[in-house]
Amino acid sequence: MSTENLLRPDRINVSAFHVVRKGLVVAFVVAAAFLPQMTQNQYYLGVAFQAEMLMCLALGLNIVVGYAGMLDLGFAAFFAIGAYTTGILSTKEHWSILASIAPGVVVAVISALIIGFPTLRLRSDYLAVVTLGFGEIIQAIAINLNQTGGPTGIYAIPALTIGSVVVASNTGYYYVFFVLVVVFALFSSRLRSSRFGRAWLCIREDEDAAKAMGINTNHYKLYAYVFGALLGSITGSLYAPALTAISPASFGFSESLLIVMAVAIGGLGSIWGVIFGAAVVEIFPEVFRSFAQARLLVFGVALVILMVLRPRGLFPERAFRGLGARIQSRFGPTHVTSPLQVAGDAGKSPLDES
Amino acid sequence: MTATLETDHLALQFGGVNALSDVSIQIAENSLHAIIGPNGAGKTSFFNCLTGYYRPTSGAVRFQGSEITGLDAAKVAALGVRRTFQNIRVFPKMSVLENVLAGGHLRATSNLVSIVFAGPGFRRQERLLHDEAMASLEFVGLADQWNNLAGDLPYGMRKRMELARVLIAEPVVVLLDEPAAGVSSVEREELSQVIQRIHDRGTCVVMIEHDVDLVMEIATDVTVLDNGRIIASGLPQDVRVNPDVIRAYMGRERK
Repeated sequence: MSTENLLRPDRINVSAFHVVRKGLVVAFVVAAAFLPQMTQNQYYLGVAFQAEMLMCLALGLNIVVGYAGMLDLGFAAFFAIGAYTTGILSTKEHWSILASIAPGVVVAVISALIIGFPTLRLRSDYLAVVTLGFGEIIQAIAINLNQTGGPTGIYAIPALTIGSVVVASNTGYYYVFFVLVVVFALFSSRLRSSRFGRAWLCIREDEDAAKAMGINTNHYKLYAYVFGALLGSITGSLYAPALTAISPASFGFSESLLIVMAVAIGGLGSIWGVIFGAAVVEIFPEVFRSFAQARLLVFGVALVILMVLRPRGLFPERAFRGLGARIQSRFGPTHVTSPLQVAGDAGKSPLDES
Repeated sequence: MTATLETDHLALQFGGVNALSDVSIQIAENSLHAIIGPNGAGKTSFFNCLTGYYRPTSGAVRFQGSEITGLDAAKVAALGVRRTFQNIRVFPKMSVLENVLAGGHLRATSNLVSIVFAGPGFRRQERLLHDEAMASLEFVGLADQWNNLAGDLPYGMRKRMELARVLIAEPVVVLLDEPAAGVSSVEREELSQVIQRIHDRGTCVVMIEHDVDLVMEIATDVTVLDNGRIIASGLPQDVRVNPDVIRAYMGRERK
């Protein structure tokens, strides 16, 4: 038994189902990695990398909404901060795109602290209104400031260069965002299985009881908000060169809502859910293009049907566990090994130690 | 004798209502101190003052000699004063094991870098915590439930899980708000044993309980609250025959 399994006792339950699941994950990632080799259609690749970008944003928001349970309706603000910092630094100061990520993150984190510190103690609806206001303020600033190019925004943003490689095609950005999705997903999953993830879920489930665990709820809410801002602004910094032009219209309330939608449709707090949710939100309207004028209407109806059929999202937290249990109950006895048996002397009660 | 927990003329008012008045209590080290009294006597309000959920209107709360009055609930918990709730507050969409791990929150101290890169320090610490969480679950007899959602557990099991969640924190004093309320007689017996074993470990236990038989069976000290005031305190057998206590529970004799 590897140490990895000891870390996650819920993974000890080794069964054919888990092997299948692992296989599916690997197959999915490999298929996604070779997508540009399977199609040369630039339109498909464009949609695919937009979907990846939304996945990155949704993974960031998932920490705030999915884990910590704080409804943030202004998440596009951090996306905008990253994009504009990179846009300004690369066009006016001739910074390289990669170097401009760090200042973007710094600005985003400082804004998150300024907005979050006084407001995060608010609960649910109130917080949603405040964050919505924050999103509007950032957009208004972008429209009115000379440095941000006013309503027309910033254009002629140079291409992303990594070492001597210039990323200038849809395929190139597809891979950049592919790596970003993987990194963000792993980052989220690490946080989730640590004290951070547990504290956030406790706050989401019952804030008063979380305090009884010794969790400083205000600090952990702020951490969630800051981590969200971090992922949002990195995505923004890479979005700017990918589109070569940015304007305030891309960072409004509708963008924030799209990100919330991706998280809610996929399944709050579930990394795979959020990834698929973002794909659905990005790809559905494109699939419905044949409906022309009615495409957003069809999209809306499709979303309503989806939420009626799966109210907790496409892949809610622990969805696979339930499925695994059902499969096992159908195909024979379960082979649940208690971590006690694996961990050796852990069977001792605390009584014996004192 | 040093008191583990001590209150000094504690008073709590909600508007014009005196929820607690002049409550001075000393909870001795290693005691199993029961707080009883009729409904609305102020027992849970008193617990909330002790654990930082309410800020008392006047008076002081001291823990091991130092004042903790008005401290935030999370800070009080961090000092080693841990509680359960009357209406059981589990985290329903987390597994039983994760609920207990959450109780050990302050013992998980790995830094962010170690967490993100799954460094050896983080792995070692998480493994230790998992082992201890399983040991705590074993202690309350719930080890086989570790992978179930806490929200799916029946009532009695939730109560025991709440105990495991408190125990993993290695508390100095445990405050139990009606541990035996609403449980079956079999479960009541199990709970009584678990509480006694917690006390036997050397942990100070304070419990609010309506079940007088249970209190008489296991408590070392009893304090009786009525209308926000202490009307009696002392050894269980003395309190039981105190005329004020009988009056509070049974009502006044008609003249």
